[in-house]
Amino acid sequence: MSDYRVSHLAALEAEAIFIFREVAATCQRPVLLFSGGKDSIVMLHLAQKAFWPAPIPFPVMHVDTGQNFDEVIEFRDRRVAATGVQLVVASVQDAIDRGLVTEPPDGTRNRIQTPVLLEAAEKYQFDALFGGARRDEEKARAKERVFSFRDDFGQWDPKNQRPELWNLYNGRVHSGEQIRVFPLSNWTELDIWRYIGDQSIELPPVYFAAEREVVERDGMLYAVNRFIRPRDGETVFAEKIRYRTVGDATLTAGVRSDATTVEQIIAEVAATRITERGATRGDDKTSEAAMEDRKREGYF
Amino acid sequence: MTQAPTLAAEAPAEATELLRFATAGSVDDGKSTLIGRLLFDTKTLFDDQWDAVEAVSAGRGDEYTDLALLTDGLRSEREQGITIDVAYRYFATPERKFIIADTPGHIQYTRNMVTGASTADLALILVDARKGLVEQSRRHAFLCSLLRVPHMVLCVNKMDLVDYDEDTFKRIEKEFGSFATKLEIPDLTVVPISALKGDNVVRRSENMPWYQGPSLLHHLEKVHIASDRNLVDVRFPVQQVIRPHSSDNHDYRGYAGQIASGVMKPGDEVMVLPSGFTSKIASIETADGPLDEAFPPLSVTVRLEDELDVSRGDMLCRPGNQPRVAQDVEAMVCWMDEQRPLRLRGKYAIKHTTADARAIVKDVQYQLDVNTLHRDESAEELRLNEIGRVTLRTTKPLLCDDYRRNRATGGFIIIDESDNRTVGAGIIV
Ligand SMILES: Nc1nc2c(ncn2[C@@H]2O[C@H](COP(=O)(O)OP(=O)(O)O)[C@@H](O)[C@H]2O)c(=O)[nH]1
Ligand SMILES: [Mg+2]
Repeated sequence: MSDYRVSHLAALEAEAIFIFREVAATCQRPVLLFSGGKDSIVMLHLAQKAFWPAPIPFPVMHVDTGQNFDEVIEFRDRRVAATGVQLVVASVQDAIDRGLVTEPPDGTRNRIQTPVLLEAAEKYQFDALFGGARRDEEKARAKERVFSFRDDFGQWDPKNQRPELWNLYNGRVHSGEQIRVFPLSNWTELDIWRYIGDQSIELPPVYFAAEREVVERDGMLYAVNRFIRPRDGETVFAEKIRYRTVGDATLTAGVRSDATTVEQIIAEVAATRITERGATRGDDKTSEAAMEDRKREGYF
Repeated sequence: MTQAPTLAAEAPAEATELLRFATAGSVDDGKSTLIGRLLFDTKTLFDDQWDAVEAVSAGRGDEYTDLALLTDGLRSEREQGITIDVAYRYFATPERKFIIADTPGHIQYTRNMVTGASTADLALILVDARKGLVEQSRRHAFLCSLLRVPHMVLCVNKMDLVDYDEDTFKRIEKEFGSFATKLEIPDLTVVPISALKGDNVVRRSENMPWYQGPSLLHHLEKVHIASDRNLVDVRFPVQQVIRPHSSDNHDYRGYAGQIASGVMKPGDEVMVLPSGFTSKIASIETADGPLDEAFPPLSVTVRLEDELDVSRGDMLCRPGNQPRVAQDVEAMVCWMDEQRPLRLRGKYAIKHTTADARAIVKDVQYQLDVNTLHRDESAEELRLNEIGRVTLRTTKPLLCDDYRRNRATGGFIIIDESDNRTVGAGIIV
């Protein structure tokens, strides 16, 4: 490093750490959204580095649809315990039972997460919510600021975003409003995997290829589990798959893969021809502007 | 000399440099198409993204697949066929990782263009070969020079529509050159391209044998950016104090921040501003271990040999090389608010490095006509997208440098305290 060159991963890490520290220093009650998925695991890792050797100065929150991969929840709890942060669980099931939201007929709970998230933010008075979303994931996300202002209904107004110059982030809000903060904005899927490899970050086993019982549905491979039951006419077969994203277990499909190590995953990701969400998420296929519409409502 | 398209897949795992660039230019000059072309020809585009764009394009009855749809991701952008806000896209070649900010051309979205350009290492200014320079091309070139984007590339686009004519290119190059002499543009390259057809974008074009320079991508891969950083003036704005309060670490006190400029080493004598106390750097720490030296853009924690009173908004520097400590600040301001203009005697909040202050506008010296660079000294306010020179008086001293010398300590944002919106950008002169 004597010529003062900085690799792109080191530059991305430095940027993310700067963002974590800005929020901790300027916002009243930040919280980190933590699902046990790879992006949020990287986020937790970066947060630890940002404040080291002090502990992370804010809690983490999981908006729990109740439809998770068991390995991911097990990992979430273990990782949270090892980190020593406080975990707030905002339960979608509980919100359904209380009548705050109604379960849609198709059983998918993605969209009804939003009111649950907003309710929890209000209850705990969180004014800054860290999310692991990346701009390379989706075309509406590609438009969003690092510090993304949400009004007191949690809504994003894509046509009226705050200008964001240099690294001078404006996190000021009035009570009831929020900032969503995306430290991984400039990372790609490949950057995430390279960083996981570089830093030897542990992940839940669903990210690695293993032979799983699957059904094929809408051209995607879903592992049969508590949430995915074979429907009439679907045959169950064994296939070596891994997950590229880990969201709601009823919506997240796996991809055929032989990759059992991070290095092998990096090689596969570098060669893939399909985006992460396109390959694995039933929820984004609804319409051209599905993500923008959900974000306007307050979704991540 | 032709270069084969470089595959993201071939990007090596070892360190690659990061280059951020922004597109600029008037509406319809081809910015979004050029980015689509770069993503397409570097095979960064994924099949499902391509399929989605093809389907939308076919559905609208476009004659060919509209590559601009790759970046115009918002519903209203697609409906109106324009870019409203910056879209960020990413691609990598074996040489570099690129972050592209595709910025809007419309004058009413200039503030979004400025957002995209403020962090750029390089600006790509597009002009339509048929039209030559228009108001927005001049305006954007001026803004990029004001923001001191270190490298500029003028892309004369749509060469396919002027029969790849050398004279047309030369005329625009010359016209831009004479405008550019009035600006400060440290590094200018001019490339004739067709974003739509791909000429000179990734590969050298056979349609323009008279052009001897590199393809655009080749230039983006090779342009030297490592020395754009200021490695001379040590400036370390403190973000926060790290105090673990745990039994193993209870004496620990470190200053967290990102190095704005200069090179810091343990043992260096440093001064804390604004207090003026001096100490030595005891260590420079990260969660991965201590560093022998630290430089931009690393985020580190600095520990000092002496217990001093240091807090957020303070700055570490070398005793022999200090920033200005100023309460009267002269700045070029780009106004970004459509609701209210910047007014003489108006009061605002400002954010500068990690410091917050309040400021009052003491004087609006002039408003600048970006086309002619004429100064209107009778102006008393700056409206949306106007640029002018103002004098501010701040409630507490800013630790600043001229923006021209230091982008990190010379820029600030202006915030309207009534609704917390960012309403302006300032460049200290
Ligand atoms: N013939 C030709 N048309 C182009 C070229 N580049 C862009 N266009 C067309 O010009 C129009 C505007 O392009 P777009 O990328 O949306 O411009 P932007 O407003 O600068 O982003 C579209 O219809 C493009 O297909 C080019 O090199 N040649
Ligand atoms: Mg455009």
